[in-house]
Amino acid sequence: MFGYSLGELGSILVMQGFSGLILFSVYLLMALGLAIIFGQMGVINMAHGEFMILGAYMTYFCSHLFASYLPGLYAGYFFVAMIVAFIASGTAGLIVEWALIRRLYARPLDTLLATWGLSLIMQQAFRSGFGAREVGVELPPWMMGSLQVTDTIEVQINGLFVMGLTLLITAGVAVLMFKSRWGLQVRSVMANRTMAGAVGIDTRRVDRLTFGLGCGIAGIAGSAFTMIGSTGPTAGQLYIVDTFLVVVFGGAQSLLGTIASALTISQSQSTLEFFLTGSMAKVITLLIVIGILMLRPQGLFALKVRR
Amino acid sequence: MSSEKPTGNLLVPTRRQLLAGAATLSATAMLPNLARADVPLTSAVNTTGLAVTDTEVTVGILHSVTGTMAISETGSVEAEKLAIDQINAQGGVLGRKIKFIQEDGASDWPTFAEKAKKLLVQDKCAAVMGCWTSASRKAVLPVFEQYNGMLYYPTFYEGLEQSKNVIYTGQEATQQILAGLNWVEKEKGAKTFYLLGSDYIWPRTSNKIARKHIENVLKLKVVGEEYFPLGSTQFNSVINKMKLVKPDVIYAIIVGGSNVAFYKQLKAAGIDLTKQTLMTISVTEDEILGIGGENIVGAYACMKYFQSLDNPNNKAFVPAFKKMWGEKTVIGDVTQAAYLGPWLWKLTAEKAGSFDIDKIAAASPGVEFKGAPEGYVRIHENHHLWSKTRVGRARLDGQYDVIYETAELMEPNPFPKGYQ
Repeated sequence: MFGYSLGELGSILVMQGFSGLILFSVYLLMALGLAIIFGQMGVINMAHGEFMILGAYMTYFCSHLFASYLPGLYAGYFFVAMIVAFIASGTAGLIVEWALIRRLYARPLDTLLATWGLSLIMQQAFRSGFGAREVGVELPPWMMGSLQVTDTIEVQINGLFVMGLTLLITAGVAVLMFKSRWGLQVRSVMANRTMAGAVGIDTRRVDRLTFGLGCGIAGIAGSAFTMIGSTGPTAGQLYIVDTFLVVVFGGAQSLLGTIASALTISQSQSTLEFFLTGSMAKVITLLIVIGILMLRPQGLFALKVRR
Repeated sequence: MSSEKPTGNLLVPTRRQLLAGAATLSATAMLPNLARADVPLTSAVNTTGLAVTDTEVTVGILHSVTGTMAISETGSVEAEKLAIDQINAQGGVLGRKIKFIQEDGASDWPTFAEKAKKLLVQDKCAAVMGCWTSASRKAVLPVFEQYNGMLYYPTFYEGLEQSKNVIYTGQEATQQILAGLNWVEKEKGAKTFYLLGSDYIWPRTSNKIARKHIENVLKLKVVGEEYFPLGSTQFNSVINKMKLVKPDVIYAIIVGGSNVAFYKQLKAAGIDLTKQTLMTISVTEDEILGIGGENIVGAYACMKYFQSLDNPNNKAFVPAFKKMWGEKTVIGDVTQAAYLGPWLWKLTAEKAGSFDIDKIAAASPGVEFKGAPEGYVRIHENHHLWSKTRVGRARLDGQYDVIYETAELMEPNPFPKGYQ
């Protein structure tokens, strides 16, 4: 890294810090839905990536709809697409919970297998419905390109967009969890399911809504990721490993843990990537995560739960 | 036999002539081979018990139509079916219609091996068109060698392989890399290169060849070389690094879903490919469907075939393909290479006068296909194809403008000396 002027190095440092923040937002957005579901009911949703891709396909669908029927409003289609993605993935989540997950609450390992099977089914459904090839989601022009901050510093617009979106959704989830009546119910079910049931909380209903909400957020994430990634039947698989990493590392059942974990992983990944190669950065990030999990098997933050 | 009697003028038929005509009809119906006296006997063209009858010959198609690789392999399946259709419309191979049995490798390498065995042992296929990734080819290779089958493999790949039982209709690495690098040095005055790739054998071997060529032959400089795990979706760090070192050429061999992420992020980071030279050997028209033309416009790709190629063969091939598979389909390099498979096999069988695997393998070198959409190809002694290398520049609409092609056919050299 020598032989460059200080100014150049400085601006690279800024841009690199910014890419770390983008990565952080991406990880957090991916993990939020899964973390809510895992924290609430201990269900590991292996089909999380597919719910994301459902959202991405909805975005694709919306972009075509707007391009053909409402070309005047094309610049704003992305916002509509995110709402559609939330509704589609959320509804799919509610149906899945009703048809499959609720029968398996007593058997966590079986939910793992069942949701994995579900992910395969969804992949093949996408393939039959939308074709085996990847689809290109076109973005409104204002979302492309970058802002020139100084001569050498450029900031990606879609990066800013993802960061804003993540902030908004995280804040929304936090308010929902800690300020609303429903959040109180969720937290009490989390703390002690039997007691919560005994004092009159409809735990089944709470479960279903939580699952739907988690899947819906996955849908929004998928919609946002059409800006940075691919949309194809198996693209969900690209995200699932990182998502699990963030959730497990952060400690299940803790929103704060998920945020801290996404921050740690993204910053180490992005810094290491700059000094090493992509593959080596991943290896070292994983080693760090394994090391910390050996010392703290419950993850970074864990709620005190009576067992 | 009555069929030899003249049945010509029936304008004013006599009773006797009518009877004779009727006799002719029934005779031809009962003995179809009499009408096609040039068809060689099955016992002559098939001495090893392959699935060949008097009217039909069976081949296998073995690709992934489910799983991760279905994205890539769909085009190959379509091209092979089109070729088989066209060959049948022209009367088939050695007077026999081609019937195909399709199996799904399901993007899983052991499944490929299992299905290959089924196609060879149970179905006795005279040839198999199939595989896409090197991993799947490596998985089926022992099966083809053990049961003596014939595989037509369409994908450009890293080389370092040669088998009596495989015809490689795609380019091996040197055919795809060297001419492109020479071109970029000469036309763009490039001095420094940044090599990128997904982390598995093909990009690594290809970049190794590229690096040797850049450093030892062209005497230029490689200023960076990096690999990313398959499926990686974050490229901001490496893009920042490239902004710092400012290479003349970005040489990218990124595959699959990562491809889309890479080009979208490149564009978002303000790297304009109409100004920054980027050369790739992994993005065909198929991949651009997912990437989006607006994200890759201006990039150079080094292939042997582009859909926009201007020659009579291709002008017939593209509409035929679209007619069969839909107006919206695009044809990439590998799809065209897959289309060559059935045709090369037909021409080889006709040259050998036999379907026997050993005779096909022996007759293959020297077989030329003048109707190839890429122009002209010929099989080399090492079972790879002589073909031209071309450089295309990505357009906004997802097609390439062909801006350079080698004057001569490039010799396939799967074991390049000095490049390993």
